[in-house]
Amino acid sequence: MRLHELTYTEVRKGLSAREFSARELAAAVLDRIESVEPSVRAYLRVRGRDEVLADAASADRARDTGGAAGPLAGVPVAIKDNIVTRGLVTTAGSRILEGFVPPYDATAVERLRGAHAVIVGKTNLDEFAMGSSSENSAFGPTRNPHDLSRVPGGSSGGSAAAVAAGEAVLSLGSDTGGSVRQPAGFCGVVGVKPTYGRVSRYGLIAFASSLDQIGPIAADVEGAAALLSAVAGPDPRDSTTAALAVPDFASALDEGARGVTIGLPAECFGAGLDAEVGEAVLSAVDLLKREGALVRSVSLPHTGHGIATYYLVADAEASSNLARYDGMKYGRRAPVEGDLVDSYSATRSGGFGSEVRRRIMLGTFALSAGYRDEYYVRAQRVRTLIARDYARAFGEVDAIVTPTSPTTAFRLGERIDDPLAMYLSDVYTTQANLAGVAAMSLPCGLSAQGLPIGLQITVDAFRERDMFRIARAFERAVGLPRLIPEF
Amino acid sequence: MPVTIDDVRHVATLARLAFSDEELEGFTSEMNAILAHFERLREIRVEGVEPAYRILRRTNVLREDEIGEALSQEDALANAPDQDGGFFRVPGFLPES
Repeated sequence: MRLHELTYTEVRKGLSAREFSARELAAAVLDRIESVEPSVRAYLRVRGRDEVLADAASADRARDTGGAAGPLAGVPVAIKDNIVTRGLVTTAGSRILEGFVPPYDATAVERLRGAHAVIVGKTNLDEFAMGSSSENSAFGPTRNPHDLSRVPGGSSGGSAAAVAAGEAVLSLGSDTGGSVRQPAGFCGVVGVKPTYGRVSRYGLIAFASSLDQIGPIAADVEGAAALLSAVAGPDPRDSTTAALAVPDFASALDEGARGVTIGLPAECFGAGLDAEVGEAVLSAVDLLKREGALVRSVSLPHTGHGIATYYLVADAEASSNLARYDGMKYGRRAPVEGDLVDSYSATRSGGFGSEVRRRIMLGTFALSAGYRDEYYVRAQRVRTLIARDYARAFGEVDAIVTPTSPTTAFRLGERIDDPLAMYLSDVYTTQANLAGVAAMSLPCGLSAQGLPIGLQITVDAFRERDMFRIARAFERAVGLPRLIPEF
Repeated sequence: MPVTIDDVRHVATLARLAFSDEELEGFTSEMNAILAHFERLREIRVEGVEPAYRILRRTNVLREDEIGEALSQEDALANAPDQDGGFFRVPGFLPES
């Protein structure tokens, strides 16, 4: 049995039935990492073999001593490198945090450790999660495991590629405007952007605080649901978490799609969409119809304004959040003669990559005197209109189905010199963050070139249960084989 | 109105970023291209629409003021680029008298 090829569901069965131990599984994943990392480069850092195996052995002991083995016990998980891990270097893909050793765990990480998940390492990302290809990492790009000449998407490209290549069973990413869903779509795996407030952001290195959410990635829907269950729920250390108990996502998986109403927004099937992608998504909708779902059209009239609204809001928040990187208390400080402001400027200019500097400049501009009302405040008003579009649509349907991205994975270097072309790959994903609702991407087929196509399911705030129910019904009905790339 | 290189220089100062003249020119044309795309937001009538400053309806989340665990001084200083006697050491910023 090739253990690294197993989905979460298969891993959980195998561990429960004692077909293999968590230690054997962890060893298989580490071996796989050793053989494919030179090609994929999903990880910035893999923990020491002995440490990982010791954690796995302790999960085995927890299982043997009875009862205490929860759904994630012994499951190898990779963590995006903008989520802090106590004692394990965390850089957010930036030179400015090179060598930073967090003194505490993010709440999501603390919950994973408590669940006896086995943390394998930290995955690559666009610097500070700003990007759609993972090419903006200061430490070099990750490659798409299905075609090494292509990007894995971003910003959680490392987390998506790690799961797709069998280098982790599950992973955590973060999604500010599509950063979990788009790479999941490009890499042929499942990725979830939970409702804003579902998962604590404590210990998630802030990019745009009103949009950021930590989200799970898995090869199967059940894996994503299990990982979300483990990390979700109120946290006194993040006052923006919702004071709501986490529903039982696992029990939703077998409920089927019969009777759910799915909305198709015409705005997401027009110009700019690759014909192949559109066809794959529409045939997925047909399949859901055969599974008993009702399908009707809905309207999201402000879809065409999502990108502009998103980039103004996100960059404004980023320019404020990233003001903390001044080289004084942590991170790298540029050696410079001069006063404090010279030190700040030299530290920040040398420590941030070009996309991060571009975002800080745009955000600072959008908030600056004379421009604030015209750009930032106007964008926040349009955001209200976008949220109203969703509220109206969810008065009529249970879920909205669209493509995750207008294209399949593009080539490395193809968009890196054209920021606007890069931004447009988020055209279907940013609105869920702006409206604060939940959405996920799951594989729905392959292009003629063999590249994965992602289907996006969006539901109203705190209705992830419906989303998982529909996703699992589709996954079961379509029966796509798991593609494990060989190199 | 297009953004000029002087506008960009001013924004760089506000953002505590330093650029060469060549980089400033690059940023000026890039920002103009991106802002031109953003101009389409002007097509929308937003009069009377509240800005979405917060997306959750939660406000004023309060808790008891209780003593909890905090970072030790050692942990807090562990990542400091420069330290001295239990303090962060920073470049001088007050004029010498």
